[in-house]
Amino acid sequence: MTHTLKDGGQVLNVGMLARVEGEGGMHIEIKDRTVVDVQLNIFEPPRFYEGFLRGRHYTEPPDITARICGICPVAYQSASTEAMEVICGVQTTDAIQTMRRLLYCGEWIESHALHIFMLHAPDFLGYESVLEMAEIHGDVVQMALRLKKCGNDLMETVGGRAIHPVNVRVGGFYRMPALADLMALRPALERGLEDALAAVQLVSTFDFPDMEQDYTYVSLRHPDHYPLERGAEVVASTGVRFPVAEIPLHVEEFHVAHSNALHARFDGEPFFVGPLARYTLNFDQLSPRCQEAALSAGLTETCRNPFKSIIVRCVELAYAFEEALRIIDGWTDGHAPSVPTWPRAGEGVGASEAPRGTIWHRYRVNDKGVIEDAQIVPPTSQNQSSIEMDLRTAAQQWVDLDDHALTHRCEAAIRNYDPCISCATHFLDLRVQRS
Amino acid sequence: MTDHAHHHGPAAQTASGMEQAAAIEPASGLEPAAVPGPALAEAAAPEPAPASAARPKLAVWKFASCDGCQLSLLNCEDELLSIAGAVHIAYFPEATRAVVEGPYDLSLVEGSITTPEDMRRIHEIRAQSGTLVTIGACATAGGIQALRNWADVDEFRSIVYAHPEYLSTLDTSTPIASHVDVDYELRGCPVDKRQLIEVLAAYLNGRKPRIPSYSVCVECKRKGNICVPIANGTPCLGPVTQAGCGALCPTYGRGCYGCFGPQDTTNTASLTTQLVELGMADADIVRVYRTFNAGAPEFEAAGNAVEAGGAR
Repeated sequence: MTHTLKDGGQVLNVGMLARVEGEGGMHIEIKDRTVVDVQLNIFEPPRFYEGFLRGRHYTEPPDITARICGICPVAYQSASTEAMEVICGVQTTDAIQTMRRLLYCGEWIESHALHIFMLHAPDFLGYESVLEMAEIHGDVVQMALRLKKCGNDLMETVGGRAIHPVNVRVGGFYRMPALADLMALRPALERGLEDALAAVQLVSTFDFPDMEQDYTYVSLRHPDHYPLERGAEVVASTGVRFPVAEIPLHVEEFHVAHSNALHARFDGEPFFVGPLARYTLNFDQLSPRCQEAALSAGLTETCRNPFKSIIVRCVELAYAFEEALRIIDGWTDGHAPSVPTWPRAGEGVGASEAPRGTIWHRYRVNDKGVIEDAQIVPPTSQNQSSIEMDLRTAAQQWVDLDDHALTHRCEAAIRNYDPCISCATHFLDLRVQRS
Repeated sequence: MTDHAHHHGPAAQTASGMEQAAAIEPASGLEPAAVPGPALAEAAAPEPAPASAARPKLAVWKFASCDGCQLSLLNCEDELLSIAGAVHIAYFPEATRAVVEGPYDLSLVEGSITTPEDMRRIHEIRAQSGTLVTIGACATAGGIQALRNWADVDEFRSIVYAHPEYLSTLDTSTPIASHVDVDYELRGCPVDKRQLIEVLAAYLNGRKPRIPSYSVCVECKRKGNICVPIANGTPCLGPVTQAGCGALCPTYGRGCYGCFGPQDTTNTASLTTQLVELGMADADIVRVYRTFNAGAPEFEAAGNAVEAGGAR
């Protein structure tokens, strides 16, 4: 909805943002061809996870926090199990970590396929939805559904269920999947890898708006591989690096006056987590095939155009398929599904790379194993400042487009982030006021 | 005629087994015969979308929730295009920018009521919906966020937010049926996508959904699972929980934790006794009743009874 102000200004309003997870809206105010106000309105109601986690047992967060998000439950399960294992002082085995990575590959595949084709691609191809797209691009939509199903099948095989897996526990899993069941997924995964590599090329032919942003990128990093289920440290494009345990010292959440939202700053500055940050800070850790796919799609080792995040997601999609195949090929039956844990008083941080960016949890637990304090910081919450920055830049850069086209462009700028509004439990009704 | 589940407060009954057996009938004016194609569950290959005039209009609404239940619809990868052919997806913001004005023949509602605005909005949705089906534990029992019903919400606000005065939220999280008439409640945290397809197919064909209301134990027996509480001493909510997941947790060697809410003839008193015998402390027993279906009347009463000292 668009209307003109009495003073000649102009307001673009989108009451309900479509094709994003959760419920939010957008408000942009322009005066004399200058953007004077940008608001991301999030009316998703708060659910108070951090409140009711107090008093729960240290074994419960993998099941409870999974319910924060139906699209990325494994991100929550991974971060919470890691934090609790730090608190308990237990080391899991390589086999457990490997299986966690495989489960997480399923989530990346399912979530990235959903966002790339069903939420994001319609912006570039000029459709309102994937269903409309299916009428003209039936083969692409069939491929998308196939890819997404691969991710869900992998999550079901490892986790028991695609949404809110039941097989994850502090210390590992309840049961390891059988090699035979994993091998049964192989043909579909091989085809998925081919499809994903083709998708990299396909999306690289889209017409990308010309916009580069000077973000501070932040991502997990691991010496052995591209960051996914965990990282050894946090790295930033500013050159800062530190252990995961120190995240709370660098990322500060704050509730802004005149704004009903928790924002976050990294060392006092706005920052960006997600595929573009991961890719730019870990390009060297991608497989040669994925590096080559990225470069042949016209990317360089650094990507600062948020609209091109769709290409990076496709590269990560291919990488997740490669990793899944690599893990299955190296898997053997007979590994213990978990290591025992006992409650111990302490505080711990766990972090993982959710499909849409770094997520971290911090818990304090007493010697009875009862949670005394919980802090959950999802990617969308951390990205709010960057989303606003992009909205402002995009609205200004394309201020001469007609209202319909400009609104659509700005919506796309939000969808670039694959925002997960239900995730951002304390990210609501944001109003930015600048003069 | 459509049977409604009548709810008059958070402690009111959720749909009983009988209500669950009620037929979901297409909205008045829509003849089942007008629906083209075979029942969704039986449809083999995607059919091209027929003329939209004959297709019932579907809307998908979200309240306080994780999105997982409406995502279940998009997770029907093999059936999605058939579904889109059999119904006219008129309002589904997660999937499409296109918005078709109401009224809607069938509304799927996800999430619980937690804000004054949502209390108003659900009445508006009811008014423009022929048939209203709630999907998932949030919409049918208040979800995990119903834990606030036992807590001081002001304290929760100040734990999470530096300026709690900016928030507009209710002290309770309640199911949709506490506010408006609901034609059918589909359980689960999340719902099972096969059951979701069954509900859609039943609606399209004007018949009762075939959704069992017996316990998870039946599914375990059918699968040949070893009984985890009997064999391993693992606490399990299976005996009091409605089937639907395929007895997932016991299949993975863990106890059921109640995603599908109370089964139709719940004996929580007996289960509580068994949990005590398995060595669980009262506080732990209270916690197992108070998770994703904490607000379901039978689980709510069972947890409250243990808290009041009724476990021993």
